Amino acid sequence: MDSYLIPRISGLALKVWRRNWDVFFKTYQVNFLPPFIEPVLYLLAIGFGLGMFVGEIDGVPYVNYIAPALLAISMMNAAFFECTYSSYVRMYYQKTFEAMIATPLSLDDVVTGELLWGATRSLIYSSVMLLVLTVFGVVDLPLSLLIIPFSFLGGLLFACIAMCFTAITPGIDALNYPSFLFITPMFLFSGTFFPLTVLPPTVQVLAVVFLPLTQLVIITRSLTLSSISPLFLYSLIWIILVTVLFFVISLRLMRRRLIV
Amino acid sequence: MKPVINAENLTKRYGSLVAVDTINFSVNQGEMFGFLGPNGAGKTTTMKMIQCISPKTSGHLTVFDRDVDTHPREIKRMLGVLPQESNLDPDFTCFENLTNYARYFEIPKSEAGDRADRLLSFVQLEEKRDVPIEKLSGGMKRRLLLARALINDPQLLILDEPTIGLDPQGRHLIWEKLKALRAAGNTIVLTTHYLEEAERLCDRLVIMDDGKILVEGSPQDLISKYVGSDILEVEHTPSVTACLDAMNARYEIFGDIVQVHTAHPREVAKDLFEHCNPGRVFARPASLEDVFLKLTGRVLRD
Repeated sequence: MDSYLIPRISGLALKVWRRNWDVFFKTYQVNFLPPFIEPVLYLLAIGFGLGMFVGEIDGVPYVNYIAPALLAISMMNAAFFECTYSSYVRMYYQKTFEAMIATPLSLDDVVTGELLWGATRSLIYSSVMLLVLTVFGVVDLPLSLLIIPFSFLGGLLFACIAMCFTAITPGIDALNYPSFLFITPMFLFSGTFFPLTVLPPTVQVLAVVFLPLTQLVIITRSLTLSSISPLFLYSLIWIILVTVLFFVISLRLMRRRLIV
Repeated sequence: MKPVINAENLTKRYGSLVAVDTINFSVNQGEMFGFLGPNGAGKTTTMKMIQCISPKTSGHLTVFDRDVDTHPREIKRMLGVLPQESNLDPDFTCFENLTNYARYFEIPKSEAGDRADRLLSFVQLEEKRDVPIEKLSGGMKRRLLLARALINDPQLLILDEPTIGLDPQGRHLIWEKLKALRAAGNTIVLTTHYLEEAERLCDRLVIMDDGKILVEGSPQDLISKYVGSDILEVEHTPSVTACLDAMNARYEIFGDIVQVHTAHPREVAKDLFEHCNPGRVFARPASLEDVFLKLTGRVLRD
């Protein structure tokens, strides 16, 4: 029994990643549409439309203020929805995990491969979006290029959190709870479209201490505005520690669900 | 020679339910070994423990002389598994299903392509090479699953209900392929509900019920040991049973049918016709199904 508790991760996890990569590029026309369209819509409607009334925040034009938030949100969404709904479909409906663990792959390899793929999806989406934002001239170069490697880490954080929900959800509909109760509020209250400083002090503290998206926004905004936040290092360490924590938890929960 | 699979006092519990209860068996190199039993007997659980995907609760289980708890990767590298339910990848074509699966065994790309084409022709699916999975019939999916199970050139094949849901043509095709694999020296373990299938294919088999192994042996030995060589079926009337009692025959009553177990069906039939007006008498060779029903009863399990 005991030997089942030791993590069994190997390079074979990359074969799982590769499987998802192949499927993604089979239908790339559809998959590349959102990261092109979304930033354009948000920039036009909120950045330029609402921005007309807002003007500047902390001396930054409103469009430039929300651009890094759009990047952080895309990292969050890409990985979170990949590792909840899509992973659940592969696990439960398609029995893909079951087919994989009948080969030399361990369940830990499978879950790790899924997480790495979720993070890769964030990297792909954020990179495409960065290109669009660069064309609009609302992000600073060259510092913003660091968003590309960072998006993998930011994506991995949300992939690991998402996988925990996937491991405990009773069915695919119940995944709507984390989507609406966790992702949607974060989308609005993480310093995305307005500074946290306008919120009551307690809420500010909660957002900085507990919300993952807040950390992503602090880092992306530091990079796209070329002005490093005093919380930059804090957020980076926060992301790494919480990613490791949820990675371990997701492996454990998935074993509890699938190894019986 | 050491057995391919060796189980000693193998047990699996789910909470208070004992799914597999201290069973002992061993499977030898090159044989086709069957697990039979009603639903819930513990067959699939046993398969999962052999495949190293479900940890045993207690006992000892080795595959190729390796412990399933400590060497799952090495064991799984040598296994080919045909699952009971299709888990083909719906995002890929037939060919891609095989080559993608080959990657999990670290088979180089060009080699994987060659093997995939060879296996598609082995299971007669060449024409469906680039067709998505959803376009396949049930029988085709089953054949593709068999091809996928063979992609790593396994030394041991584990087949969970290999012909479930197939039409007679599909079943015969799978049987033919399994016989070819066995002739090539593969060791094959299968579970089945089709007793005719077990009788045709298996060198040895066990019948399980309630997590225990009831009997073990070759189909012929089990038949002659538990039911005799032939069976007469006679309508159930008081005069028939009185006659049979007088003849000291071995028989069982199932509803309106009396089954007489005998090695001399002609003589028994002649006696019946001479002494007790039996109506219709139907003689047939005894089968594994008779053994199965005798040992596990006729009550529905689920």
